[in-house]
Amino acid sequence: MATKPISNTSEWTFDLIDQYHNEIERIAGNFNLDTYPVQLEIITAEQMLDAYASIGMPIGYTHWSFGKEFVRNQKRYQRGQMGLAYEIVINSDPCIAYLMEENSITMQALVIAHAAYGHNSFFKNNYLFTTWTSADSIIDYLLFAKNYVSQCESRYGTEQVELILDSCHALKNFGVDRYKRPAKLSLQEEQSRQKEREEYLQSQVNDLWRTIPTKDLDSNSDKPACFPSEPQENILYFIEKNAPLLEPWQRELVRIVRKIAQYFYPQRQTQVMNEGWATFWHYTILNQLYDEGLASDGFMVEFLQSHTNVVYQPEFDSPYFSGINPYALGFSMMSDLRRICEHPTDEDRKWFPEFAGSNWQATLDTAMRNFKDESFIGQYLSPKIIRDFKLFSILDDDKQKEIEVSAIHNDAGYQHIRETLSDQYNLGSLEPNIQVHNVDIRGDRSLTLRHTQYHRIPLDESANEVMKHAAHLWGFNVRLETVSPDGSIVHTFVCEQ
Amino acid sequence: MSRIVDRRLNGKNKSAVNRQKFIRRFRKQIKKAVTDAASQRSITDFDKGESVSIPNRDISEPFFHHGKGGKREQIYPGNKEFQTGDKIPRPQENTGKGQGKEASNEGEGVDDFIFELTREEFLQFFFEDLELPNLIKTKLTTITETKKVRAGHTSDGIPTNINVIRSLTGAMGRRMALRAPYRNRLKEAVDELNELLKQYEKTDQVIIDLQDEILRLENKIKNIPYIDTFDLRYNNFTDRPTPTTQAVMFCIMDVSGSMGQAEKDMAKRFFMLLYMFLTRNYEKIQVVFISHHTVANEVDEETFFYSRETGGTVVSSALKLVTEIIQDRFPTNDWNIYIAQASDGDNWQNDSTTCKHLLNEKIMPYVQYYAYIEITEDRHQNLWQEYLTLKNQWDNFDMQRIEHLNDIYPVFRKLFQKREHGN
Repeated sequence: MATKPISNTSEWTFDLIDQYHNEIERIAGNFNLDTYPVQLEIITAEQMLDAYASIGMPIGYTHWSFGKEFVRNQKRYQRGQMGLAYEIVINSDPCIAYLMEENSITMQALVIAHAAYGHNSFFKNNYLFTTWTSADSIIDYLLFAKNYVSQCESRYGTEQVELILDSCHALKNFGVDRYKRPAKLSLQEEQSRQKEREEYLQSQVNDLWRTIPTKDLDSNSDKPACFPSEPQENILYFIEKNAPLLEPWQRELVRIVRKIAQYFYPQRQTQVMNEGWATFWHYTILNQLYDEGLASDGFMVEFLQSHTNVVYQPEFDSPYFSGINPYALGFSMMSDLRRICEHPTDEDRKWFPEFAGSNWQATLDTAMRNFKDESFIGQYLSPKIIRDFKLFSILDDDKQKEIEVSAIHNDAGYQHIRETLSDQYNLGSLEPNIQVHNVDIRGDRSLTLRHTQYHRIPLDESANEVMKHAAHLWGFNVRLETVSPDGSIVHTFVCEQ
Repeated sequence: MSRIVDRRLNGKNKSAVNRQKFIRRFRKQIKKAVTDAASQRSITDFDKGESVSIPNRDISEPFFHHGKGGKREQIYPGNKEFQTGDKIPRPQENTGKGQGKEASNEGEGVDDFIFELTREEFLQFFFEDLELPNLIKTKLTTITETKKVRAGHTSDGIPTNINVIRSLTGAMGRRMALRAPYRNRLKEAVDELNELLKQYEKTDQVIIDLQDEILRLENKIKNIPYIDTFDLRYNNFTDRPTPTTQAVMFCIMDVSGSMGQAEKDMAKRFFMLLYMFLTRNYEKIQVVFISHHTVANEVDEETFFYSRETGGTVVSSALKLVTEIIQDRFPTNDWNIYIAQASDGDNWQNDSTTCKHLLNEKIMPYVQYYAYIEITEDRHQNLWQEYLTLKNQWDNFDMQRIEHLNDIYPVFRKLFQKREHGN
């Protein structure tokens, strides 16, 4: 069968999309991409704006902050300051990818390859996503959340609901479980379930707040008991379970915000990898399409132009510079992995003895499954990439008068740059480390949060506002202690309720 | 197995609710922006939407994040001449180029958050909290309008009201019911015929009789009409009385020579505002426009706002005309009457006292509210002095002074702000 290009015009039709999709699906299958079933949805630009505002999800509870986001985007879009991202893809099963009506058939094919196969396979296989999100139930959960919130609004008043949601949103980045992974063993799972039940009963009894004096069981109970016994990183979880004054529906709202934050947590940690992976595959798949004669020259020119824009990295002194472009870095690293496997140099053999010259598909697959941005860069950023991007490292210490170039793209600097860049994607150091430290259960019931400083970096002033929200949820005073690494308290802020 | 779903026809205003919530949340700021914008608008483009800006800090959502300071190390692309160990002076804040921290943090700076309000939203904010005072009159409830409401179905009516589904459902039921006995008998007869044919010849009387009966039955079934007049059902409507408020607003404007172009402009703006407020908030309100110099005329809207008459001033001419119109067309026990008068206060000598008497005796007892605005930058004129005494006498009399364009909106608000009811 003589192959001829699927299309020669830029107009799309359902039939053409179907044909491209079939071919892309076939090629992706040949490359062993493991994906959820795909659902392509054609939407208009307005609907894309809607989707934008609701953090890309097809449904969500209503809140003014989404309205603000919508209004902001709408304005910018109408003024032409912002092109709409041509893809939104939802980590669900089936995986939903939006195709915008205004796009040409080339762009539709690009989005199908990028989102419906690239991101899709990442969602399905990356360990963070498989651990923390359940693609088959997210839509149901969002629907539940939407209905629950609107029920609460009609029952308790829109304003009451808004107050709680505002406060939860302020703390949503601290409503995720970070370091502990779900129990692997079913026994552990069982135990934790049981513990939850206990906690539930506990909360029914409200033992913590019991005012009737009890006989002390411990002899050394003169020392005030520390609660929680271990610091807790998930502030919203702690509030949900322990805030003394919250009504059950308010706890459920806290839980909803927390759950949704948890759902997005993997995405925040895998920006470079996720986009890099998807970009690598749209590039690879569409080139394959072209090699097989299924895509026309015009198609490729349009595609390459768009692709080049996506992976453009402005230099640090360019007016367009706004940090490192995750598409550019991710795509380069993924392509570089393939190069190291297929055409390793001596340098590569020295730096990556484990996989230089190995099967590239297997190597990329391993990388995709088992890493997040931080560890991916720590593991795979090659000297060649550092040279290509001309990366250099700037040390900015407020105790010094000048900033210092601490490393550049040379032999002495590779390792340092790799480590620094890796740390730059470590949410643990990007975000302040704030944990629930103590509750004064025998006194004024105040909650103490402890901020452990990292490199002496202070909290932004807006922390005061956040504290008001925390105090609103907790119902009593909330104290924020900033602790230097040596354990001394350098700053205390109290928010009176 | 690919699935392509066309969602384009799904609602596109999914964010409308969130937008409403956003607007409600920042009502205070938006209101302020609307008020600011209103004072700068010319009368012709008053009726449009508006882009509103709110300081960004007011609407930011706080979250814990790192501030400035401490020690941090950052990777940048595109090194050109730097060598390890180079010291560089710390770049100034805000010049930002190249040193912008990973788009995150406080970055967005002091820019205002700007967005568009639609015309409806704009006017809603604009006229919020305003109302016509004392819009209750003893006779109010006796004036009834009727409204058509659906009230089930009837068996007669006019063709336009035929309810097709109901009618055909009824017809079908009737057909089935009427057919049933014939059907049953027909079936029996056919069975019987088949039985008999085994014993008798076709020419035998029994067979012929039976065949006749079958024919008759079939005809009967066939003759049942598909639809009959008594199948027809009509949508029924009844009149439900709805009490309405009847109100009339008199707009009296002084167009005499002493009113300069600026004053006339201000007066027109004031009335335009009033007119928009009335038409927007009160469905059934009549507006009477009266412009006067030495003589008063009832004019139409167009003339009122755009004509350029001029002459001397006799305010009482307008008041006389008002009393006449009230007597002619608006029986005072059936109508809520409002009067707004704008003038520079300059009046023919002695006429002001006439005005006072007219008001005192013929007007004030019958009207809900009388608002007088004086448009002048000079000291108060004689009309103002006379009216002051009225203000003390009558609760439903109010007067305000407009000196500059900027005063129009505040004065308007003062005159029509919501009051405590029941005094």
